[in-house]
Amino acid sequence: MLISTFYVKKGRDVPTVSFTSALQRFHPAPSARVEAATVGEALGAVFAERPTLRGYVLDDQGAVRRHVNVFINGQPIRDRARLSDPVAAEDEVYVFQALTGG
Amino acid sequence: MADALYVGTRKGLFEIARRNGAWDIVGVHFLGDPVTAVLDTGGSLYAALDLGHFGSKLWRRGHSGTWSELGVPTFPEKPEDPDDPHPWSLGKIWVLERGGVKDRLWAGTMPGGLFRSDDAGVSWVLNETLWRMPERKQWFGVAGGEQPGISSVLIDPRNPKDIRIGVSTAGVWSSTDDGASWKIINQGMHNEYMPPGREGEPMTQDIHRLSICPAHPEVVWCQHHSGVYRSEDGGAQWTEITAIRPSKFGFAVAAHPTDGNTAWFVPATKDERRIPLDGKVVVARTRDGGQSFDVLTQGLPQQHAYDLTWRHGLCVDSTGERLAFGTTSGGLWISENGGDSWSAPEARLPPISVVRFADS
Repeated sequence: MLISTFYVKKGRDVPTVSFTSALQRFHPAPSARVEAATVGEALGAVFAERPTLRGYVLDDQGAVRRHVNVFINGQPIRDRARLSDPVAAEDEVYVFQALTGG
Repeated sequence: MADALYVGTRKGLFEIARRNGAWDIVGVHFLGDPVTAVLDTGGSLYAALDLGHFGSKLWRRGHSGTWSELGVPTFPEKPEDPDDPHPWSLGKIWVLERGGVKDRLWAGTMPGGLFRSDDAGVSWVLNETLWRMPERKQWFGVAGGEQPGISSVLIDPRNPKDIRIGVSTAGVWSSTDDGASWKIINQGMHNEYMPPGREGEPMTQDIHRLSICPAHPEVVWCQHHSGVYRSEDGGAQWTEITAIRPSKFGFAVAAHPTDGNTAWFVPATKDERRIPLDGKVVVARTRDGGQSFDVLTQGLPQQHAYDLTWRHGLCVDSTGERLAFGTTSGGLWISENGGDSWSAPEARLPPISVVRFADS
């Protein structure tokens, strides 16, 4: 998968944010390496570059949409309202769809 | 007279055009995505989507024929308020209307916010006065959702500052000053499902859909949860129309564009079943202000049909001759003679939420 590197300086270990292909049906959402200490900061760094994505992932109050999941290294985040879960260098933040009806 | 019809469904927007005397699907857009509202302003076509995972979105097709995504209405930060049960986050765009002023649009939404755009849908502003009224917290949700919704936005063609909205469930609200102040106006309605003693309160009225006669804007029709009503003073005083046949339950109503005595409904059995009476799809038409009704059946299925027409699933064009309605079973029927007879395009469509002619 193409890793976009324009968010961070080369050669540093920083978190990566990736998005489900279901979201990429609507807008380009390549994986990005970002400077961030929390999930909120990680997503915010991506949204700063791609503002349209914000409304696909978060609701009007800034919480994760009901039918969207955010995982860190394969585990769901705990704070879906304020996105305060910490992220460390080399962590993988993955945004994907939750189950919803047909 | 409209030769183009837009049909918003659970699985995309279908563009239907009249060619050589027949209505054919000529375009399919947003295939797979739920469409909740559609509006053609002449130069632009708007489609509101309710993506299952990723929220409500708004797209516009301009003269060039390409679609672009616009901003959506968004709610401000919700204050701490235990008395407000509703989310301050866009559920879906339920209706889009022209504002009577260049580039102005109105959007009625779930959870009950009214939004205005003055730049042809690029950006939206919440009507804060309506949203922050203490009474708004008493609005309650409609079938299939916990959230109240603004299903109808009526703009007086003589004065774009004269606005009325129909809310499921919270009655009819009016502003005569461009949305700066609001009051509830509906009198004379009766909501059967409310607890004893509250059936007649204006704010408990479940307004499924309002439709205004553009040439006589004082005439407004209402398909209410508990029956059919007509107003001759812009939606303040309502008279129940008991002559409606074959049943008084339904969601949709369409007012004739020029004749204040003519309107169409798509009745169903109330309330627990919500299917056509006896499995027969019919349209009810009055031409005498609701004194009597024709039950129109020609070209419509008359056995084992279980089609239900939602609030925005019936429309009439600017002549009053062409009508269309769509159903939860994907049925779509079009009339070119005021409803006397109906034909169906060759298609098996997804469940239909909204139909709209290019000029309606």
